[in-house]
Amino acid sequence: MKVGVVTFPGSNCDYDAYALVRHVMNEDVEFLWHKSTDLQNCDLIILPGGFSYGDYLRSGAIARFSPIMEAVIKFANSGGLVLGICNGFQMLTECGLLPGALIRNDSIRFRAHDVYLKVEETSSAFTNAYAAEAVIKMPIAHGDGNYYSIGEELRQLEDDGRVIFRYCDDEGKLTKESNPNGSVNNIAGIVNMERNVLGMMPHPERAGEKILGSVDGLKVFESVRAALSTLSTAGKV
Amino acid sequence: MSGSLKKATVYVKLKDGVLDPEGKTIQKALSQMGYSEFLSVRTGRFFELEIEANGSDMDSRIDEICSKLLANPVIENYRVEKQ
Repeated sequence: MKVGVVTFPGSNCDYDAYALVRHVMNEDVEFLWHKSTDLQNCDLIILPGGFSYGDYLRSGAIARFSPIMEAVIKFANSGGLVLGICNGFQMLTECGLLPGALIRNDSIRFRAHDVYLKVEETSSAFTNAYAAEAVIKMPIAHGDGNYYSIGEELRQLEDDGRVIFRYCDDEGKLTKESNPNGSVNNIAGIVNMERNVLGMMPHPERAGEKILGSVDGLKVFESVRAALSTLSTAGKV
Repeated sequence: MSGSLKKATVYVKLKDGVLDPEGKTIQKALSQMGYSEFLSVRTGRFFELEIEANGSDMDSRIDEICSKLLANPVIENYRVEKQ
């Protein structure tokens, strides 16, 4: 597996993602500069967390027009795996690869703490290593993580089983108190229609080693590795 | 021939129904200050543009930048005022 981590001006979780793939998973990983248009034959592109362009205008709104994003959109549209974490999720909604939008937390506070998530779907390339309905723990760190979607679009997301993670309590119950930002239906992560693009506000790359407090995020990357090896034995990659 | 300089202001605000926690907090503060008749506050932002207008497609160019960048049509509306 070869992973590309895009660095935008203001990214600050790019090294976390890089370290996890290289040192925890012992897989190939490259930094991709946002001004480049070459994805270097990576199998997974990570749009990392941070504050690209200082969150000016709207979070992710300016990064979405970085030269590399055209290549990322093309890659995604041809079935390539893309994982947007936090600011990366915001970019994915801004560029239209994922529906909805991420607006200001309903508390207007920046929330930085661990959350519990319920794994709603294990049939995706990003979650196949999890047990069905697993309750997992990883950190969040965001001010604009309130997932917004309404009407037909939201109904479609739910009906298609494209909500992958939801905020919950430590027993897996979806409560208002366990929702850190006001996201509709406690949504923490979604995939696109083709299920090859995942956006999530929590940080799996910061929950991959015991010393960090949780290893629950590691399975996102292990899932991708498993999905890619299935694809390559099937001769599709 | 160089074009004439035009000005326009773009106003962007959240659509009705989209939560505006900032506006809500300001409204609460006003109420606590004794200005309780201000029942609702919605925030937004505006952009002042200086435009070197060469052709006749200025309006559609302004619309383009609004829907592509200045506003997110999923959650926001915009209004253009030309000076």
